[in-house]
Amino acid sequence: MGLILSGDPSLTEVVVLSLRVSGTALLISTLIGIPIGAVLGLRRFVGRPFVMALLYTGMGFPPVVIGLLVYLFLSRSGPLGQIEAGWIPRLFTPEAMILAQSVIAIPLVAGFTMAAVLGVDPQLQLQARALGATPWQATFTTLAEARVGVIIAIVAAFGRIIAEVGAVMLVGGNIDGRTRVLTTAVVLETRKGNFDLAIALGITLIGLAFVINTTVLLLQRQVSR
Amino acid sequence: MNTPLYHLQQVEKVYDGRSVLHIEELSVYAGEILALVGPSGVGKSTLLRLLNFLERPTRGSITFRGRKFDGQEEVPLAERRRATTVFQRPFLLNRSVRANVAYGLRLRGQYDGEQQVADVLQRVGLQDVADQNARTLSGGEAQRVALARAIILQPDVLLLDEPTANLDPYNVNLIENIVRQMNETQQMTIVLVTHNVFQARRLAHRVTLLLNGRVIETAPTETFFNTPHDARTAAFVRGDMVY
Repeated sequence: MGLILSGDPSLTEVVVLSLRVSGTALLISTLIGIPIGAVLGLRRFVGRPFVMALLYTGMGFPPVVIGLLVYLFLSRSGPLGQIEAGWIPRLFTPEAMILAQSVIAIPLVAGFTMAAVLGVDPQLQLQARALGATPWQATFTTLAEARVGVIIAIVAAFGRIIAEVGAVMLVGGNIDGRTRVLTTAVVLETRKGNFDLAIALGITLIGLAFVINTTVLLLQRQVSR
Repeated sequence: MNTPLYHLQQVEKVYDGRSVLHIEELSVYAGEILALVGPSGVGKSTLLRLLNFLERPTRGSITFRGRKFDGQEEVPLAERRRATTVFQRPFLLNRSVRANVAYGLRLRGQYDGEQQVADVLQRVGLQDVADQNARTLSGGEAQRVALARAIILQPDVLLLDEPTANLDPYNVNLIENIVRQMNETQQMTIVLVTHNVFQARRLAHRVTLLLNGRVIETAPTETFFNTPHDARTAAFVRGDMVY
């Protein structure tokens, strides 16, 4: 407890990096996942069942396997590792961890968003258009009606990636001061026998999740008015 | 009643190879209340969706305010927004009554303050529940919100699809009075779909009977009920038609 309250600088650094990595990954997966979920929920097209099957598989995919795939793609001999381009993240950097977490979170955001959109009466689209909505406005109206489900999608995805160990360990490497996040630090400190620090890190992780979820739920009550 | 607001010619709508509507000719005149009656499943609702340009006819053309649309081209948004529909179910948004009524105005970027919404809510007798969530309303209140949400747009044409089915007499009377008032004071054109011949008789200036997707007879209300030309209209009006 003393470690948390004293604001130990190395602990602060780990917390900040955890939030930066998972926050960025969440932003990316929200921007990609919500449109995918909306399209799958609203439009009927050839190959839709196949995409849905892929999505459900992605939702249940073991994160460590995604970590492995990202690792293989980014490694020196991998397809992306050979390309020298600024936008391709290097292995063992926070950017590689953001990439892995985004890949984990996108199917979750898209899948829950799709489920939420499917739960809205399809006739609402017709009513919205009858009241003068453009196709974009009608789609946005449906998403707004599904907002509780969409918020749950984002919260669930955040919970998954902030608590995730295997993938960030593989692609980040748990390097002190560079790619060490809360979960990998817990693993390391437990192995070293530093249970006090491990527990402090664990409590911080739970506390973070609690604060963020509470904030989101309060926001949700606001928008439900 | 000279130039028609809508003029339909050889309009056909086909779903999955099945023709559900085939109208050789039908006109709707500005400022009238036209009732479309007939048993369920004869294409009345399909016709309303065509009039609101929510769907395109498979064949034929709809002339609206002098512009002819033949189902190939997209109807411009500004024209589509001249008409709106109140459906049998109100489809309210999970928000406040106020937000529901303001919805169409916001879509058009025409929302300017709460006074407009308050006026319309007053008109449908719901000023006291403006801040309540729309999902908590009773069936009759919900349908009045749906009506308020439509009339606040001041549409040229108000399309009503069984607006009072399953409502109690009090709410039916309220809604019918508002509809009549909109027509009389603002010359709003109204196309009313109903299976209730009494409602058609109470409200409409002219009545059209549809059977199996075809127009059987269109006549002024008096003629339609008292001296119909077609034997099927006579049977329908007497309540003898088995369907």
